[in-house]
Amino acid sequence: MLLQLHEPGESPAPHESERGLAVGIDLGTTNSVVAVARDGDVEVLRDAKGKGLIPSVVYYADDGEIVVGQDARRMILEEPDHVVSSIKRLMGRGSEDLKTLAGTLPYTLDTAADGGMVRLLVGGRTLTPVEVSADILRVIKARAEEAQGKTVDRAVVTVPAYFDDGARTATKDAARLAGLEVLRLVNEPTAAALAYGLDNAAEVLYAVYDLGGGTFDISILRMEKGVFQVKATGGDASLGGDDIDHAIAEHFLAERANAHGAVSITQGEAKQALATARVAKECLSGQPDGAWLMEVDGHTTRHTLTRAELEELAAPWVEKTVGICRAVIEDAGIEVGDIHGVVLVGGSTRMPLVRRKVREIFGRDPLADINPDEVVAVGAALQAEALTAGSDTLLLDVTPLSLGIETMGGIVEKVIPRNTPIPVAMAQEFTTYQDGQTAMSIHVVQGEREMVDQNRSLARFVLRGIPNMAAGAARIRVTFTVDADGLLTVAASEATTGVEQQVAVKPSYGLTDDEMATMLRDSLEHAKDDMAERLFTETVVEARRSVLAVQAALKVDGDLLSDAERQAIDVAIGQVDRAIASGERDAVTAESENLEASTKTFAERRMDRGIRAALAGVEIDRLDDALGGE
Amino acid sequence: MANRSTSDLVVGEKTMNASAVAAVVPCWSCKGPVATRALFCSVCGAVQGPGVIDHYSRLGMAPTFDIDLELLERQYFGFQRRLHPDRFAAKSGKEKALSQSQATALNEAYETLKEPLKRAAYLLNLLGHPVDLTACGTINDRALLMEQMEKREALADAETPEQVAKLAMENESEVIACQCHISAAINAGQLEEAGHLAIRLKYLSKLAEEARAKKSRVTRKI
Repeated sequence: MLLQLHEPGESPAPHESERGLAVGIDLGTTNSVVAVARDGDVEVLRDAKGKGLIPSVVYYADDGEIVVGQDARRMILEEPDHVVSSIKRLMGRGSEDLKTLAGTLPYTLDTAADGGMVRLLVGGRTLTPVEVSADILRVIKARAEEAQGKTVDRAVVTVPAYFDDGARTATKDAARLAGLEVLRLVNEPTAAALAYGLDNAAEVLYAVYDLGGGTFDISILRMEKGVFQVKATGGDASLGGDDIDHAIAEHFLAERANAHGAVSITQGEAKQALATARVAKECLSGQPDGAWLMEVDGHTTRHTLTRAELEELAAPWVEKTVGICRAVIEDAGIEVGDIHGVVLVGGSTRMPLVRRKVREIFGRDPLADINPDEVVAVGAALQAEALTAGSDTLLLDVTPLSLGIETMGGIVEKVIPRNTPIPVAMAQEFTTYQDGQTAMSIHVVQGEREMVDQNRSLARFVLRGIPNMAAGAARIRVTFTVDADGLLTVAASEATTGVEQQVAVKPSYGLTDDEMATMLRDSLEHAKDDMAERLFTETVVEARRSVLAVQAALKVDGDLLSDAERQAIDVAIGQVDRAIASGERDAVTAESENLEASTKTFAERRMDRGIRAALAGVEIDRLDDALGGE
Repeated sequence: MANRSTSDLVVGEKTMNASAVAAVVPCWSCKGPVATRALFCSVCGAVQGPGVIDHYSRLGMAPTFDIDLELLERQYFGFQRRLHPDRFAAKSGKEKALSQSQATALNEAYETLKEPLKRAAYLLNLLGHPVDLTACGTINDRALLMEQMEKREALADAETPEQVAKLAMENESEVIACQCHISAAINAGQLEEAGHLAIRLKYLSKLAEEARAKKSRVTRKI
């Protein structure tokens, strides 16, 4: 077999022995989890007390200290305005989006920032969601490094299947800020399915119902030995346990207002009310009723709640998930009866109400053998191992939302429909609507609605230099490319003249490259070294590949060279190796170019031989070996 | 489904004519000769670009309308197992990009060939008899127009899930019959006729989709 993922000496990093295993990270709304896989065995990395969950809460102290996790969560009660939680709900959001979330956010926002990415005011600092997420990821990275005793710089990070392009980009940016290379963004439901392995010889359909703190996802996957194929996915990027906490908190505050009169409460008190609500909700999963104390405005009030009352408060949110499940089953073109099992993911699926509803929709008991809080990280760790150590598993995912562009009258023309397998490239032709129109504004949107303003705006750019033509004569081809991480690139070209423009879609409210560079500089003491090392590594990978390719060619066609010519190539190879050892990136680049120049004649002779052989009809099997010669 | 290893993949007929010779190009990595349609260089093992080949050849299938869907899927999975970007996560940037183009091309080929309607249109185009399925709303065929209007009315009038299901079932058998006719027409070389049938299949498929949507609407109401 010719294609081997890890030839000895081909390893991508210079100091492989000091490099830890790539990890799987579930960066959750409420909690985050990190796990690592070795030969298919997954270990969830835990703290000294055995806790795998890291609360996704960050405390920004006045002295500059940053605390993440349980200790930060505790600070909500003491210094609520210095604490950020549920930041995932703001990933990739623009300040315009906040209208829809207004009133539900326990943060002070920097309203000065017009348009662009959301900025929070926390403990005297101005922070983007990307930076807050990066602070959480740094702690996760540290936990992974401590567990392995090695540097960890590669990870598979999970995102809700329903995350849009902006939120995915923001997640990748956050990892980069924390010094982690994202090997792949994997959708949470898909990761959960991987964790279950569900290694069925026969073809089966599974549903993954994922109700977390802030997001809801439902995916239908088809699985058979080693192939995980997502058939359809849907959800709501802002629907989760948090909404139920809000409903309970509002209920408690209303009770309090009835007893003591209405007072406007501070943001800190709102956070405390939410914390009490969350405790109440979690308790009622195990017990039928309870009472909780809440201190607001100097008064302590006592609130009782039964499970039946809780379920009444939670019902509207849970019902919403039912509707989404039905729509996705329809999208997948299947009947409920075709589904062999339902996997539960996310802490909110612990609620008895949720389990009852799931049973009702799918007509069967859900699977919850793997801890629903950890199952996503477990799957991510398995995928991290598969990507770095090689594997036979195949994961075929889809785009969660339709992608299109705005046309006349604010109508969306879909270019890639939802549930299209990725990676994908699709194109559509558009034309000008005015005589002599020389530029065309292209507005990229994501969503299912027909009108532009009801969808999410991803990016705008202008294709210029269209030649002077009558209206409708120009042929403008817009190509959308979605990569395996679900990230979009858009290119536009005019067919008659070849005028072209390409943009990697940085969402309108994302970080600009400049902002990213500044953040990297600010956040990493050795940001420069870090970047340099990355570039060096990439150059070395490329140089090693060239050397291996030349060596392989010498083995096959070495007889085409005289001894002197052969010696010259061997010298050039030796110089590349020495340049790599020197650690100088410029030297590696120069010696690689030199190697290419020294093998030019060799390559020409090989081509000649190949063409002559092909003409003679011999060896064509070797050349035409479409499957790489096993 | 049987678990077949990737080595069982069927590769299209190998030909040794002049065009095959012309299709020898330098491998981007080792610079030696490699067939344009090769996935990997046989000397250095580097993944190659997807090249311009038709969807059938890409998936190693014979260019027919009658297609063994299980074989098609096995071929698709087999090629994806070797070419998907997940296999190249630790490779150089160039190899990552090429594997992404390969996987994209495989997805396009598979999505086209697995749908009877898209497959019919694609095959007719390949055979030099393109059908325009995007020209929607204009039915030149009077009989087809009348038939579709009647069916649409019947669906609009249907009130119970049973009524909708009955219409959907009737339509489904017509879809299958239409596919058989397309197959027969193509095999007999009657491409003009096959083109008309493909347009008919488009309307039948659309109706099936509407029936599905209506069915879930009426079911939900109950």
